[in-house]
Amino acid sequence: MARHCTVKIFVLLSLFNLSFLVSTNNIEDKAGQFFNSGHTNNWAVLVCTSRFWFNYRHVANTLSVYRSVKRLGIPDSRIVLMLADDMACNHRNPKPATVFSHKNMELNVYGDDVEVDYRGYEVTVENFLRVLTGRLPASTPRSKRLLSDDRSNILIYLTGHGGNGFLKFQDSEEISNVELADAFEQMWQKRRYNELLFIIDTCQGASMYERFYSPNLMALASSQVGEDSLSHQPDLAIGVHLMDRYTFYLLEFLEDIHPSSTTNMNQLFKVCPKSQCVSTPGHRTDLFLRDPGRVLITDFFGSVRKVEITMETINLSSPMEPLPERILSEDRQRETQYYVDQLPVSVIIHQVNTHTHTHTHTHTHTHTHTHTHTHTHTHTCTHTPLPPMFWNMFIL
Amino acid sequence: MGLLSDPNRRRALIGMLTRLNAPICMICYMAGVAWFMGLAFEPFTLRTYMSENAMGSTMVEERFPAGERALATGREFAAHKKKTGGMPVDWLVRTMQARGLEVYTQRFSRKLPFPDEDKERYMVKGTNVYGILRAPRAPRTEALVLSAPCSPGNENNQAVGILLGLAQYFRSQIYWAKDIIFLVNEHDLIGMQAWLEGYHHTNTTGMDWSPLQGRGGSIQAALSLELSSDVVTSLDLVLEGLNGQLPNLDLANLFYAFCQKIGVLCTTQGKLPRNDWDTTSGYSHAVQTMMLMVLKQASSRPWGDHGLFLRYHIEAASIKGVNSFRPYKTDATTVGRLLEGMYRKLNNLLERLHQSYFFYLMPSLTRFVSIGYYMPAFGLLALILLLRALDLWVQLSSPPTRTTEDACPPLCPLSAPQPASPGVLSILTPLVISHLTGVALYTLPVLSQELAVEHFPVSETEAVVLTAIAIYTAGLALPHNTHRLLAGEGTEQGWKVLKLVAVLYLAVLLGCTALINFSLVFPERGLLVGVNDPGLTLLFAVFFFQELQETPVTLQEGWMLYLSVISQGILDHALYGSLLYPLAALLVYPCWLLFWNILFWK
Repeated sequence: MARHCTVKIFVLLSLFNLSFLVSTNNIEDKAGQFFNSGHTNNWAVLVCTSRFWFNYRHVANTLSVYRSVKRLGIPDSRIVLMLADDMACNHRNPKPATVFSHKNMELNVYGDDVEVDYRGYEVTVENFLRVLTGRLPASTPRSKRLLSDDRSNILIYLTGHGGNGFLKFQDSEEISNVELADAFEQMWQKRRYNELLFIIDTCQGASMYERFYSPNLMALASSQVGEDSLSHQPDLAIGVHLMDRYTFYLLEFLEDIHPSSTTNMNQLFKVCPKSQCVSTPGHRTDLFLRDPGRVLITDFFGSVRKVEITMETINLSSPMEPLPERILSEDRQRETQYYVDQLPVSVIIHQVNTHTHTHTHTHTHTHTHTHTHTHTHTHTCTHTPLPPMFWNMFIL
Repeated sequence: MGLLSDPNRRRALIGMLTRLNAPICMICYMAGVAWFMGLAFEPFTLRTYMSENAMGSTMVEERFPAGERALATGREFAAHKKKTGGMPVDWLVRTMQARGLEVYTQRFSRKLPFPDEDKERYMVKGTNVYGILRAPRAPRTEALVLSAPCSPGNENNQAVGILLGLAQYFRSQIYWAKDIIFLVNEHDLIGMQAWLEGYHHTNTTGMDWSPLQGRGGSIQAALSLELSSDVVTSLDLVLEGLNGQLPNLDLANLFYAFCQKIGVLCTTQGKLPRNDWDTTSGYSHAVQTMMLMVLKQASSRPWGDHGLFLRYHIEAASIKGVNSFRPYKTDATTVGRLLEGMYRKLNNLLERLHQSYFFYLMPSLTRFVSIGYYMPAFGLLALILLLRALDLWVQLSSPPTRTTEDACPPLCPLSAPQPASPGVLSILTPLVISHLTGVALYTLPVLSQELAVEHFPVSETEAVVLTAIAIYTAGLALPHNTHRLLAGEGTEQGWKVLKLVAVLYLAVLLGCTALINFSLVFPERGLLVGVNDPGLTLLFAVFFFQELQETPVTLQEGWMLYLSVISQGILDHALYGSLLYPLAALLVYPCWLLFWNILFWK
């Protein structure tokens, strides 16, 4: 009898050990998966570029995406909403203070907690590009800035009237696909995003992502070059078309997503096939480093606080390594680079010789080449790449 | 070397021109006429379509419910109209105020230059009543106008009724972005002219009116409603305005789109639409519709109360309800819904209608030809004149080949074969005399009506008209007189130069007229042939017009109509500034007299 017991105890213990081993391995795996996406915060930039009452549907498009994104967890402080015209309070709106996305007024996407950051004539190409690249005057309030860092996943949604290679802003100017690609490259060089999802719902939308060349960009468009994106349904009481087809079906798709859903991007690519959309939606994933099948919808549309409860301590693989000391012991003297010294006005005016500064701060400035700005300063990049695991330490 | 700078080629070209002048002119003329007639042929026309993006499609829900109540209001209006014997101002003011509009009145008075026998008025005094529906949330920068005339007798009561019914319905909606002005004008066009002048602070015709106390913004579009029956079988759209101006084609497209949506039969020029364009009767129907439009435009008078808006660049049209013997009747509610739909779409406008054409001809309500298509017809006619002028110029500047007349050296001391020899005086004299006759034709009939009434047993109107005809006929005798006066100046060169001047004058005149009012060109082209005089053309046009409208007249009636047309033309010019009468008297008539001069030169 006692022998039976000991055997049982032994088996149990071994099983326990085994499970312990297995679970520790699982924990390691889970920890690995925990940092899979590599992003820590989510941002959304939602832009409607057209004004006038008959472009009601573009505002409704943007507001529906805004609504979905908010529902899935991205707060107003992380959303930059740009609406070029005010449809809710337009004189012609028979239901003031509402913007409907479904006919028979089923769904009011305006609600009473909409926070529009750029409104009316503030939605211009320049402001849009400044928001993306972060080159805003110091007086810009925080709600109008895209304060993303290199662990941010950004969703960018554009809608309006577009053509082959351009998108029309406000009936008076356009942004071209080249400018957009360059803006994203600036963002990449300034490390303003980790991954970026770009969705565009305009005519010939696919032309807007043709020119992208920065890494970690995924793009979706509602129609190919040469095709028009069509509107979905008119509402006879209001007298205008309420939504565009692609965004209508995108909204329907997103209504099924909840913060913990595991739907991945491949499902998103299937939204609105040609039978429903009449145009052929397109997507581009070649610049994206991860496999789209492993990218969750909520990686971009939601802001998910990941929580995992563990019973054990987890040993993260690579320990923190001290930075190499070479920064301080370089033979080439690192000079502090103050902006004023680049143009020694005092020398020119007073014929005074420059004297070497005696400060020994170790600022590292990062200046980038820009295609659209007229700066011609070229400074050496002094960015030192940090080991990847270093960042993981920051999360915990 | 270039075609014109190489002397050999130039000579060859000129030679061809002079040799083939007559055939080319004949071909051009026939081509021009054929082109014009071909405009009505359906494959050569375009289907109408909405050009304005803001107006979009007809996707609004019309919900006007109160057609019967509108008709009751109309009957009330009729009763009050009969009681006051004119415009029931107080009742209208009270009713409009009850419907929540801001109501104002305007008084006006006008003494006509001579009594108008068609409408039996001479000293016109009246009042306009209008109510402004302010847009609930919009600034008062833009306005739309709906008007109905207050006509004597039993006419247009239902129009006023529907106007008031719509005013009440519109007042309860919140989606108006523009002010809507509901206007009831007295003495149709005179009242409308007074109101428009008061609204825009202009005074071009010397009318006396009290200033408007209330104003909306700048008017974007206007519709004038004429409805004299409780039910209608069709709605007719009238587009022609003063001086042949037309509203933007988008307004007609809007009307047609709603007619189709609601299912009302819509016509233009009173002609029912047909779709057998490939048969001769179908084609002739289209030609008739188009010719009616051309004639109406050529008459330069406004064919509805809307006609005066066009001068202020306000797109306006008149909708006439027609009740004929057809089984399918449309009730007042449907008419109200159509108007409601049109106004909702006009409400969506952000700018004035400008996307579609301003110059067009419509062989039917669904088809149009734009200026780009009908101008070549005129171009071909103008080409004839230029070719003739070139031919004359060539003849004049190559005297050695023509005027070496050995037969008359001692007998013709004055035949100096130099191109510039006919004195300026001999050319100028006929010109001046013709123009003076024209001026006489323009001014004397109205000025001398007192004189005529004293000496002849005629009324003022008859005096005016008959004086005009008298002066006209007197002018016909002139060539003989001037010829006798200036005897000896009748050289071969002389008449050629005069003809050259006359031809160029006609070409310029036709060109300018074509730009202002294209339809006037076609009666004038009769001058090309040289024998159709304006008077006869007018007479012919009157008969033709009546034929086209399917109400042919006898000779007697035609003549009376002709006289009234002349008097209306003079009145239109005095009252609204129509250009037909001055154009005809001061430019066309002298030009034609010049040609007569040439004919009787020798």
